[in-house]
Amino acid sequence: MPGRIQSIERAVAILRLLDAADQPLELHEIADTLGLARTTTHGIVTTLRELGLVGQIHDHGPFHGRYEVAEAARLFGRGGPDPHELRSLAMNWADSLAHQTGLAVTLGVPTRADVLVVHHVFRPDGSAQQLAVGERRPLHASALGKALLAFASSGVRRLQGTELTVYTKRTIRSHQALTDVLAAVRQEGVATEDGEFQPDRGSVAAPVQGPGGLAVAAVATVGRRDELFTRRGELRADLAGPLKQTARALSREVRRLW
Amino acid sequence: MVRELVVAAIDQGTTSTRCLLFNHAGRMVAVSQLEHRQHYPRPGWVEHDASEIWRNVEKVVPAALREAGLTSDNLAALGIANQRETTVIWNRLTGRPLARAITWQDTRTEGLVEELASTGKADLIRDICGMPPTTYFAGPRLRWLLDHVPGAREGAEKGDVLFGTMESWLIWQLTGGPAGGSHVTDVTNASRTMLMDIRDLRWDERLLKTLDIPEAMLPEIRPNATVYGNCRTVVPGVPIGGALGDQHAALFGQTCFKPGEAKCTYGTGAFLLMNTGGRLATSPHGLIPTIGYVVGDGPPVYALEGSIAVTGSLVQWFRDSLELIDTAPQIESLATSVSDNGGCYIVPAFSGLYAPRWHPDARGVVVGLTSYVTKGHLARAVLEATGWQTREVVDAMNADAGPGLALTRLKVDGGMTANHLLMQFVADVIEVPVERPFVMEAVSLGAAYAAGLAVGYWADLAVLRSNWHRAGLWEPAMDPKHRAVEHDNWNRAVERTYDWVRPT
Repeated sequence: MPGRIQSIERAVAILRLLDAADQPLELHEIADTLGLARTTTHGIVTTLRELGLVGQIHDHGPFHGRYEVAEAARLFGRGGPDPHELRSLAMNWADSLAHQTGLAVTLGVPTRADVLVVHHVFRPDGSAQQLAVGERRPLHASALGKALLAFASSGVRRLQGTELTVYTKRTIRSHQALTDVLAAVRQEGVATEDGEFQPDRGSVAAPVQGPGGLAVAAVATVGRRDELFTRRGELRADLAGPLKQTARALSREVRRLW
Repeated sequence: MVRELVVAAIDQGTTSTRCLLFNHAGRMVAVSQLEHRQHYPRPGWVEHDASEIWRNVEKVVPAALREAGLTSDNLAALGIANQRETTVIWNRLTGRPLARAITWQDTRTEGLVEELASTGKADLIRDICGMPPTTYFAGPRLRWLLDHVPGAREGAEKGDVLFGTMESWLIWQLTGGPAGGSHVTDVTNASRTMLMDIRDLRWDERLLKTLDIPEAMLPEIRPNATVYGNCRTVVPGVPIGGALGDQHAALFGQTCFKPGEAKCTYGTGAFLLMNTGGRLATSPHGLIPTIGYVVGDGPPVYALEGSIAVTGSLVQWFRDSLELIDTAPQIESLATSVSDNGGCYIVPAFSGLYAPRWHPDARGVVVGLTSYVTKGHLARAVLEATGWQTREVVDAMNADAGPGLALTRLKVDGGMTANHLLMQFVADVIEVPVERPFVMEAVSLGAAYAAGLAVGYWADLAVLRSNWHRAGLWEPAMDPKHRAVEHDNWNRAVERTYDWVRPT
């Protein structure tokens, strides 16, 4: 079988991204989220528009110039890989990451309003722990959520219209601050959570990216704040590497599956 | 720089042969795998080409080393875990099998086994080897080969034709083959032949006579963790330090070293083994008393084994025959689309009911159907069937294991442990915590552990135990009243499977 055609993968990722976003997106938002050059993105979006799969808003309202998925393209359906299939293929990788880092590992998938934890590996120290499978994590206040916001932007617009729920004194409260953080997450490839959801908990997450670069899940290591961050709030130096490696391995598996 | 040392495990399974490398912490560092062909010459017959399997071993071991960037100099030892009861005979001068190996799934020895039972040999066999005659053991297959393969019996009597289960065949090849290979077996595999005395761990003359097997063709019985010899090919110089049947290897890999500790491996079927210590349990409930393992010159550690014929294969049936899901993990998505079983129960007695019920004339049922039932409820019923079948084996084990040995937690491994809903349900119905370790490859890890122990790579069982870490835990959470009602429903569903097949 010949390899997949990259531009088609990217086109499908753009359609899925537009479909998952609850309001039209600007060109640069599409490009940044999927990690594509703007010229490439413009070429694909223009082609999709000419083929009738993407619409551009021309109403001189607040969304003027932005893109949305056309009704015809909704046939593609939503959805990512089955979350339980994802867990099944992630198990060995997640076990290995927990072993390598000495921390717990979670895997989350986006829902319409938050993140659903679909897999959880205990920290390998024999301490008493409870499975978090089935629990929810907030988009703006968790590492998993921020990784998904940065690389899939599903739900980001919904958040914009609302007040951000405050969980601890470290939770991000302003939309501008969140936008800045997400830009940094795209730059660095990982999202952090430093006491923002539970006061003493820290986490770092990376996106699991399907075809075209669209994030379909995120994988995180989780521990006490002082196990992940230095006193100055810097992420422990040896964490991002293994985490990104695991996320890349899972991304490869997901592309085989989906 | 200190040379990195690892232990290799060969997992010679039903569909594939794999080589896994483990480091001192018991972590897997590489894996390589090759599948082999299944031969189905007649209905009920399933054969493997032992030469093909040997060629696969010659490939997967170097491939695993390459993947890890290591050479045979980095191997402290090699261990073998194998599909049990698969029987091969070969010529010691040529190194070639006389026929394809008869696998454990093959049922051609039914007639022979019935004859043994009807001529009053059943009690003798049970007394000596701990189990009644059934088709899954190797001895009757060996007898079939001696009766049907030209030259087999004469060759065996002359000492030119050798018998072995897969670990014997592989050790013989690895240690030189026709040029002086060691003809040995381990005590767990030997215990599944129906030819060994389960108390003194020797071939039993009465059983050999009953089955008419020439003793000259039998391998020497050795402990599980002991040096069987050094490899002369594939990884020359590396000691072979361990061999166990796959389920015994999983018991060892899950470090169930204390009486009362138990593991369940969930694959197409499921195998639950409980360590019963120095005591050979008898099982009025039809479980199989067996050897757990023997380390070096130590005394035998016994186990009770209960198997469930249909677990993962019910999910496969749901996928391939009913086509309600595309992949096995999707069953959990379908099952979580509803909140309960909707009153529906599936009893997968596809080829009768075995321990502890023993109704060979039973066949599967789906009961409780109403217009309310959806495919989501059916998916739940599929998963719940594995939970309740586990419960039945656990109940039998608690009754038969002996005083003070009731199950207090269950260690699980195998592919189905990826199913969260199922593992929670198992914990809910067996009423003890269910634990998953980090290394899901318990079978291979057990073979590596035995081999590493034999050469001093790991000092003792305590070190191995400290390598075991919990990666997940499911605590029983079901309301006891609800559980009692569901248990009763399951029992009533099972009763509806009885006597479906009419005697001919």
